[in-house]
Amino acid sequence: MSWFEAKSEKAKIPPAKALWAVCPRCKSHFGKAVWKNNNAICPKCGYHGRLSARERIAQVADEGTFAEVFRAVSYSDHLEFHDASGAYRDKVEATIAKSGETESVVMGTARIGGHDVMLGVMDFAFMGGSLGTGTGERIARACEQAIAERRPLVLFSASGGARMHEGILSLMQMAKTSAAIARLKESGLPYISVLTDPTTGGVSASYAMLGDINVTEPRTLIGFAGRRVIENTIHQKLPDDFQSAEYLEKHGFIDRIVERGDLKAFIAKMLWFWGF
Amino acid sequence: MAKTAMDCVKLARDAKRPHFRDFIDLICSDFEELHGDRLVNDDRALVGGFAVIRAGDKPSEKDVRALVLGHNKGATVEENMSANFGMANPDGYRKAMRLAKLAEKFRLPVVTFVDTPGAYPGREAEERGQAEAIAKSLEFFSRLRTPIVVVVTGEGGSGGALAIAVGDRILMMENAVYSVISPEGCAGILWRDGAKAPEAAEALKITAGDLLRLGAVDEVVKEPAGGAQRNHRAAANAVRKAILAALGDLAKVPVDELVERRYAKIRSYGNFY
Repeated sequence: MSWFEAKSEKAKIPPAKALWAVCPRCKSHFGKAVWKNNNAICPKCGYHGRLSARERIAQVADEGTFAEVFRAVSYSDHLEFHDASGAYRDKVEATIAKSGETESVVMGTARIGGHDVMLGVMDFAFMGGSLGTGTGERIARACEQAIAERRPLVLFSASGGARMHEGILSLMQMAKTSAAIARLKESGLPYISVLTDPTTGGVSASYAMLGDINVTEPRTLIGFAGRRVIENTIHQKLPDDFQSAEYLEKHGFIDRIVERGDLKAFIAKMLWFWGF
Repeated sequence: MAKTAMDCVKLARDAKRPHFRDFIDLICSDFEELHGDRLVNDDRALVGGFAVIRAGDKPSEKDVRALVLGHNKGATVEENMSANFGMANPDGYRKAMRLAKLAEKFRLPVVTFVDTPGAYPGREAEERGQAEAIAKSLEFFSRLRTPIVVVVTGEGGSGGALAIAVGDRILMMENAVYSVISPEGCAGILWRDGAKAPEAAEALKITAGDLLRLGAVDEVVKEPAGGAQRNHRAAANAVRKAILAALGDLAKVPVDELVERRYAKIRSYGNFY
């Protein structure tokens, strides 16, 4: 019955990866060069796609002002975790070797529109931007350095959530980062949280949602539980714009949706308003 | 016979295990429940109120007035359905913070009983800011200016548990489990097979002994042989004793130092020093 199968086989064949970018939201195809030249923003629907941490830093920090810190702070493997695909240690070492990053958040001092800050940017390509002990440690240290040097904190989040492979210690990073941010706020310093696509799970349920202002880009996915998990729990279909930036703004949890190109100026302006 | 991690999971989820209301009945007197987040709702899945934690059967000066908070798992299906199986919505976390603020004001300690499969993954939960509520709770409890003792009594279901598990002394019952993700969830993702939950449970290191070794909890409270479900009274007595000992120690610490020590404790998770 091969002709029955032929149709579904055809649907399964993806476009040649080397040539095409597909918008995850509207599923339109574009040449990869088009996608890149548009700063990873979908020309059709305006979805703001993923940037690497370094790409983002280049767009947000004043040229030449970003100085990376805590690069030696990396993952821990207290669980000696193994799963069906092997050892966590091997997986993360391979990610480090391939990506050139040593954790899912890149941290440094920087200037944004002339304002001195601690700037942290997560990279979704590093193990899904997952929150591990190294990620949490970098964020906590950033808060402590921010307090010591009287710098505002600016964090760009992008994450699928806590890193399972580090178990309960990953979960505890939610508490650790939130506690560090609490202290930073008590010292009178600003914390601007920029939630980028996607910001979910243990990251949305900790530092990402604790900004003095929570800022995002158009059509970003932000949520706690996964859409499918929710649908399977409540046995209802969810609206198409569920867990989008616009949906969250409507429901009161986003201060401002900002176009990618305007983010740097917006952050600088808010810091200026607040006297930083 | 050595218990596997999955054995503990089964005990932690056992319908006959003592739940929050059982602990209140057995450990406390004078429990006065308070309702509402003062915004939209009263979450039946997370319960709170003031109570006297009794040192013994007769009133004594060793009794402690406290705010008690806990996930509300029921013993029957009906109870569970009205309490949403102990899975809190944002409203529950906001109620917890509201009540804890009262405890801080009146200088009473907070004792939390953690037993939840996780925060509720619902539509209204998302719309009312489930992520923000949990994040806010973590921030809030990290700075609360009164002692906090946490007891993980059953399932410590990830962020939904952690939101009321930030404290000065973290106790965990011997057969309780506490995890960043359920064994079934982890198996589905990392083994692509939900049936591998026992393997995932072992890998995740979710038992009380594991958590003690990892520094995530401070003390394991022993249960009656065979588990707490065999003898609620004995189980509750062990928990009572541990809570009162912790509260006694914490009462001696000036509050500024208390909050600093709590930060140092939370700060050290992951052991980078």
